[in-house]
Amino acid sequence: MTAQTAQQGDLVTVIGLEVHVQLETDTKIFCGCSTEPSDEPNDNVCPVCLGLPGALPVLNEGAVEAAVKIGKAIDADIPEETRFHRKNYYYPDLPKNFQITQYDEPICQDGTLEIAVEGERRTVAIERAHLEEDPGSLQHVGGGGGIDSAEYTLVDYNRAGTPLMEIVTAPDFRSPSEVRAFLAELEEVLEYLGVFDAERDGSLRIDANLSIIPEAEIDGDDTDEIGMDALEAANRTEVKNISSHKGAEKALAYEETRQKNAIQRGRAVEQETRHWDESRGITVSMRSKEEEKDYRYFEEADLPPLRVSGWKDEIAIPELPAARRERFQAEYGLSEEAASKLTSTKQVADFYEDVAGEFDPDLAATWVADNLLGELNYRDIEITEIEGRLEEIKRLVELVADDEITAKNARETVLRSMLDDGRMPDEVVKEDGLGKTGEDEVEQAVVEAIDENPDAVGDYENGDDGAINFLVGQVMQKTGGSADPGDVNQLLRRELEG
Amino acid sequence: MSDDIFITEERIEGAEDGPLAGKTVAVKDNISTDGVRTTCGSRMLEDYVPPYDATVVSRLKAAGATIVGKANMDEFGMGTTTETSYFGETDNPAAPGHVPGGSSGGSAAAVAAGEADLALGSDTGGSVRCPAAFCGVVGIKPTYGLVSRYGLIAYGNSLEQIGPFGETVEDAAQLLDVIAGSDDRDATTRSEGDDSSYADAATGDVDGLSIGVPTELLEGADEGVVETFWEALGELEDRGAEYHEVSLPSVEHAVEAYYVIAMSEASSNLARFDGVRYGHSGGYDGNWNETFARAREEGFGDEVKRRILLGTYALSAGYHDKYYKKAQDARAWVKQDFDEALSEADVLASPTMPVPPFELGESLNDPLQLYLADANTVPVNLADLPAISVPAGETDGLPVGLQLVGPAFGEERLIRAASALA
Repeated sequence: MTAQTAQQGDLVTVIGLEVHVQLETDTKIFCGCSTEPSDEPNDNVCPVCLGLPGALPVLNEGAVEAAVKIGKAIDADIPEETRFHRKNYYYPDLPKNFQITQYDEPICQDGTLEIAVEGERRTVAIERAHLEEDPGSLQHVGGGGGIDSAEYTLVDYNRAGTPLMEIVTAPDFRSPSEVRAFLAELEEVLEYLGVFDAERDGSLRIDANLSIIPEAEIDGDDTDEIGMDALEAANRTEVKNISSHKGAEKALAYEETRQKNAIQRGRAVEQETRHWDESRGITVSMRSKEEEKDYRYFEEADLPPLRVSGWKDEIAIPELPAARRERFQAEYGLSEEAASKLTSTKQVADFYEDVAGEFDPDLAATWVADNLLGELNYRDIEITEIEGRLEEIKRLVELVADDEITAKNARETVLRSMLDDGRMPDEVVKEDGLGKTGEDEVEQAVVEAIDENPDAVGDYENGDDGAINFLVGQVMQKTGGSADPGDVNQLLRRELEG
Repeated sequence: MSDDIFITEERIEGAEDGPLAGKTVAVKDNISTDGVRTTCGSRMLEDYVPPYDATVVSRLKAAGATIVGKANMDEFGMGTTTETSYFGETDNPAAPGHVPGGSSGGSAAAVAAGEADLALGSDTGGSVRCPAAFCGVVGIKPTYGLVSRYGLIAYGNSLEQIGPFGETVEDAAQLLDVIAGSDDRDATTRSEGDDSSYADAATGDVDGLSIGVPTELLEGADEGVVETFWEALGELEDRGAEYHEVSLPSVEHAVEAYYVIAMSEASSNLARFDGVRYGHSGGYDGNWNETFARAREEGFGDEVKRRILLGTYALSAGYHDKYYKKAQDARAWVKQDFDEALSEADVLASPTMPVPPFELGESLNDPLQLYLADANTVPVNLADLPAISVPAGETDGLPVGLQLVGPAFGEERLIRAASALA
């Protein structure tokens, strides 16, 4: 029985990833041009990134530093020295018709990243991660809209030379949801390291290889390693044009079903490259390549090898999400779920620690993880967008902690008004009269209510306990609803019986 | 006379003062000049006007030099005669009817004809030294990394250096002083030339100098050339130098290794000429792959196509180890041989070219024979070493050059020794 005729129940999905991450550096990897996106095409360009005759690349060590940070974060081997190669192929977005990349001496080798999938910990092997330059971007205009069918194509070299890190995993994934968990974790790590901007368009691009093989071909031991022969034998598809972890899960789930259906119906799965069409939610076969590509790699002599042996020790990286999650549970007594929420981005975690340092950690957790993130999420706002107002949020937590305002009013009125109308917490409390009424004021109202309602007092004294409710209502009215009805009830009884 | 020396005759004035004030310089047409077209001797770049200056051009301008024109050359530096230029051949002012050598033939001819006091060329496998020898002038190929290549349109980027020409060693050394030194725009440059005073080294003092003569570089050379070479060595001996034979067994493989490496690099370096951003496009519509191919088919000459195809082949899967990797091994071996020979002598001497200048048109149809004429110059590029070609005399009225090779960054030593002859 071959993979092609196996029953669906006997089949296992095997996925490996190539993730392209744009590194967040001020300037491009081989020249001084800005990496900031520009509205004007071909704005941030110079002889080097345009590939003009005679221009030479000079390595931006900031990009290498970012790569070393990633290497430390994934616990990869970093070589004594690292060098660059040329990958030769013709394409209209590639200014030199070769790409400067790394070949047999990548900056990172043999790393790992631990992920949690449905509560279970899994370690994903990262075979290598290397530095390279991003090509320019193409805009196909008119006609069929594709590179071979458009009327004409415009080329924008603003992106050309943006530093890229290509991260290549082992075929360690068994399901699209594992891929999603991995990508989410990777994105989190990269953001913690400060080397990646998820908001930037095209900053994350994923190619995924997916094969379906018979379960029997998975080695029987605990390592869960795939028999490489079986993997070679199974036809795999490479799915391109994935740009988010959610998109990856959808694209691969589609592809998994498509291949399993084909096998079930006895049809062969073609070895091919497929394009993920996000808007239609399907993968489409790209024009099959005429032949296996030969990139004719050879050393880039214009860039001397760079010694990086000491860099791993010299470059510091911050505490990473996984470690921080564990510490939050141990140090603040948080649940795993709360700790996960509070470490989802570095900014959230930093803010939580700031708040928890001054107030009760549980109160801080409720406020940051539930109230603040909940309201931000509802409004589709990132915490980074209200960075300048975090002190005000802290003040709101302080008002609650000091019992100056009820939790309900703080959450439902003050926080929302702060976010929607840009008001300050104290301003909302004062202008909307939300301050919890002081004890003196309540006592005063109790005395007044007794004086002004002798009939009700008489009824109470004659044994009509229901009359007390009328008096509580009067006090509440006088205090604008900000007194606690239970407290008022007790105060009234004490006053009437004293 | 000057018509065939320059592809573009245009004056570019430098600063008012400086070490080269009042001097005129011819610049090889593969060195980028801001606002002045730079063709590489190719139809591909017939109308290409760079928007920036090569570092050496900026340095020339700052030093007060006046650039008088962009000198003719073999297309993209690929040739030994300057006859592969799309813009036609250049006559040899020192031996009319003969080629000026190549690929920097226009630069050497400009100095020989008095069209410029000095000139810049580039040397990937002998392209400064060969025309210097054929035109009876002085040419220096600096140590790899001494002179910035920023703005030099690449042919074999791991091999080539920009080098100066002059009528005398001192003239060429003065130009080298201006262009040498580290450059932030070329990561392969080194600081050794930052505080150089090469011109001051041109004393002609060879007393006690030990000269090694690699026997392999005399084998198969033209008799008249060898005779002229020994006469020049005799002159150095009369001035207090001594010479002895040394051996460079690896040079037997140098020409093969050189051409594999240079062509492999060329196949990649010249890939950018696709007609999209600059250069000949042909204006074709349709599939981009075919459009690129047609632009390149029209833009490049035969020798360039031959080298791109051979280089592409040498780098291809299945042949990479057999050719490219083997050539790199040979390169390491050649380096080692030079190190050993230079431990037994201060400098090494040989004829620059094993033959006198060819007649115009004589050699065009036999590329292999031409490649072999580079036997004495290419090993130096493989070893990244400095060398100088200085006039040694004549054979049958044709100029003969003597080549001296020194240790890495030993330019001063070469200039001191060579200045005893010119």
